[in-house]
Amino acid sequence: MKAAVIVFPGSNREGDMARALELATGAPPAMLWHADHELPAGTDLVVLPGGFSYGDYLRCGAIAGRAPIMDAVRGHAARGGLVLGVCNGFQILCESGLLPGVLMRNANLRFVCKMQHLRVERNDTAFTRNYLEGQIIEVCIAHGEGNYEADDATISRLEGEGLVAFRYCDQAGILGGAANPNGSRNDIAGVYSEKRNVLGLMPHPENLIDPLVGGIDGRALFESLAHAA
Amino acid sequence: MKARVVVTLKNGVLDPQGKAIEGALKSLGVSGVDSVRQGKIFDIEMTGDAVTAKAQLQAACEKLLANTVIENYRIDI
Repeated sequence: MKAAVIVFPGSNREGDMARALELATGAPPAMLWHADHELPAGTDLVVLPGGFSYGDYLRCGAIAGRAPIMDAVRGHAARGGLVLGVCNGFQILCESGLLPGVLMRNANLRFVCKMQHLRVERNDTAFTRNYLEGQIIEVCIAHGEGNYEADDATISRLEGEGLVAFRYCDQAGILGGAANPNGSRNDIAGVYSEKRNVLGLMPHPENLIDPLVGGIDGRALFESLAHAA
Repeated sequence: MKARVVVTLKNGVLDPQGKAIEGALKSLGVSGVDSVRQGKIFDIEMTGDAVTAKAQLQAACEKLLANTVIENYRIDI
């Protein structure tokens, strides 16, 4: 598994992401700058980390989604290569057209930073093989714009084709109500591309890999990826 | 030449910021406010003729200034 992490001006979770990837794959990922035009030869996985790329100017992820390196990321995805976007990375994937929909301001207008339970919708993807289907995991969220929206046709396509990756839920796995932290349609916390080789999610699995910080439920995502290529 | 691009949320898209502003206006005692929708204005200096400028700005809106999943745009020259 050869991973590359893209760093934009304003990214701030790239260090956490690199640590999680190294722990799972045994090798540090390549760190690429947004102005680069190519991925290192043999890259299996491209990761867009969290942060506030370009200060969230215009719209979250809007400017990063058009950065020079994104053409290479789109090419990699079109060839079936794996792409993971977390938090701001998810926003960038939506803005770049690699994933459908958009992340809007949280419905309650507040930045939410807390532990959050998620339901793993399927475990037959490169990202989730080391989880169980329907498993409830606890990771953290930290975002002001995580309210997933798309038109009705897109939402029914995502649901019909099994492209919802994670949903917000409570400890018991119950969806809806207070368990939805940001107002996302259908409690969607993460979605896959059509071929399930691109995943974007708002929560931060890379921050839950060490018992020291309160849990290791994020590890299985990186371990799944480590064995995917 | 001065151009103005106005980007607004499509009808039916929830606008929590507009709602908050609407609530604030009401709490300030501004009467007659039925609803508020927040948008963006870009004032852009363009060179060249109006037809070319409009075409360029249209491309700018589609590529960057608006997210057409949730936003409409209008170009005034």
